[in-house]
Amino acid sequence: MHVDNDTVRKIARLARVRVTDDEASALQGELTNILQWVEQLDEVNTDGVEPMTSVVAMDTPERVDEVNDGGMADTIVANAPVREDHYFAVPKVVE
Amino acid sequence: MSPEGAPQMQDTIAARPENLISGATGDWEVVVGLEVHAQVASCSKLFSGAATEFGAAPNSQVSLVDAAMPGMLPVVNHECIAQAVRTGLGLKAQINRTSVFARKNYFYPDLPQGYQISQFDQPIVGEGEVILDLADGGTATIGIERLHLEQDAGKSLHDQHPDYSFVDLNRSGVALMEIVSKPDIRSAEQARAYVTKLRAILRAIGTCDGNMDEGSMRADVNVSVRHPGAPYGTRCEIKNVNSIRFIGEAIRAEAQRQIDVLEDGGTIQQQTRLFDPDTGETRAMRSKEEAHDYRYFPCPDLLPITFSQAFVDELAAALPELPDDRKARLISECKLSRYDAEVLVADKETADYFEVVAKGRDPKLAVNWVMGELSAAFNRMDIGIADSPVSAEHLGELIDLVSDGTLSNRLAKDVFEVMLKDGRSPAAIVEEQGLKQVSDSGAIESIIDDIIAGNPKQVAQVKAKPKAIGWFVGQVMQKTGGKANPAVVNEILAKKLDLGEG
Repeated sequence: MHVDNDTVRKIARLARVRVTDDEASALQGELTNILQWVEQLDEVNTDGVEPMTSVVAMDTPERVDEVNDGGMADTIVANAPVREDHYFAVPKVVE
Repeated sequence: MSPEGAPQMQDTIAARPENLISGATGDWEVVVGLEVHAQVASCSKLFSGAATEFGAAPNSQVSLVDAAMPGMLPVVNHECIAQAVRTGLGLKAQINRTSVFARKNYFYPDLPQGYQISQFDQPIVGEGEVILDLADGGTATIGIERLHLEQDAGKSLHDQHPDYSFVDLNRSGVALMEIVSKPDIRSAEQARAYVTKLRAILRAIGTCDGNMDEGSMRADVNVSVRHPGAPYGTRCEIKNVNSIRFIGEAIRAEAQRQIDVLEDGGTIQQQTRLFDPDTGETRAMRSKEEAHDYRYFPCPDLLPITFSQAFVDELAAALPELPDDRKARLISECKLSRYDAEVLVADKETADYFEVVAKGRDPKLAVNWVMGELSAAFNRMDIGIADSPVSAEHLGELIDLVSDGTLSNRLAKDVFEVMLKDGRSPAAIVEEQGLKQVSDSGAIESIIDDIIAGNPKQVAQVKAKPKAIGWFVGQVMQKTGGKANPAVVNEILAKKLDLGEG
């Protein structure tokens, strides 16, 4: 698969990453190389093979339904650049 | 949001004339599909041990997982899985013993992870159905496409500060069930009936409290219109409608808007819209380019969710009675009318209350009290049955007092009013206020004798016009403070005034 400039721009926009024109043209090559490298896997016949989801055969760890976390609003907002009354304050977003 | 590119299902539902909307170019049919987000009833969140309780102080129910601090890993709450399976069973749906959590990527200030952990192509519950009881006595079956588990986002408050939006992450990570219907709904009324029924099912099995005021249930409403028999039209999605009434209003407004556009020669743009309850109209949301490009992929932090058939069977065996089953039982066991049974089972607490009142008593008397006096009192006091000052046991005792002749119906209503005020038992109130009905015919006879002796003119009248007996009954009631047994009074009056049988 070949990644063109529009695709790079689209991915960057979706990821909220600002890229310059120079970076975008370099990224075209890099992303194309990565995808082509991964595409080699297409040569393997995987018909009827279950997708591997873990390298160790184990069941999903589960929690019991009990409250044993939270209650630390001070800590949660401690790193917020702007906060008020234990709220995160962010630039106004209105729909 | 159901997966994009899902095949368009073949429509097999015949148009019903009562659902059609007439327009300048002929009749139109509205086609509706609903995505209902129901908050899972659980103590802690889907992937963390923080509390889910409504109305807590900002960010006080947030773990480092919910705040998406680097390195934090989600661990799934077993009860949320069980609740989703129970709901699937309640919807007579396919239960998928393997399901996969996926990341749905988008940016918003109240979504600290930058993605929502949801389920995409392998949801925990597949196809099911909800049966609606229509006003004409018939039914309509609404297909369920799927149910999946996902995290709720945080809450943004836009009106607290002129320059900032405030973000509270207490809801962040709370488990939601997204229940997606097939586009089988054909009117605003059906949509309301569907959500009402869905809510009754969730509440009956205890998997969601169904409290729409607190946001425990909200719906995205997909609406399109077409001429009957034509292919599906282009749909618009109305986001986040939070009451059953608004769902109906939003559908009506959106259907009419689309009809107007089409009849003016325009075309419908597929878009996301908002319903404004103040104007009763829908308006387009500022549509962001590629807003729907969520780039789903399996969440690498979570293994697939798997469970045994034995686990499903165990949950099925312990599943509380479903509203449809309960309705059928109330009709057959208690001989209730279909209407009464439907009203009762629409709300689990009301049905539970009724069954306590009706136990060992005439169910017809019980249903009359519960749906009559009691329900009217709640409307007047603007409370729900959970806050009833009158317990079901006490209401039952009141009915007993009427049945055994201690109280007339009229006195019972007076006693009931006192019960509403102070919550005491009817026996205590009757005792204290001396309200006991007088059925002693000797006492009533002597009162009647006095009245007849003192009112010769009325006696003459009643001989000519037997209906005038009402005046005498009124006099007896007045003299006895309403405590005379009306049946006994009528019987003695008829005899004394020589009126024969009534």
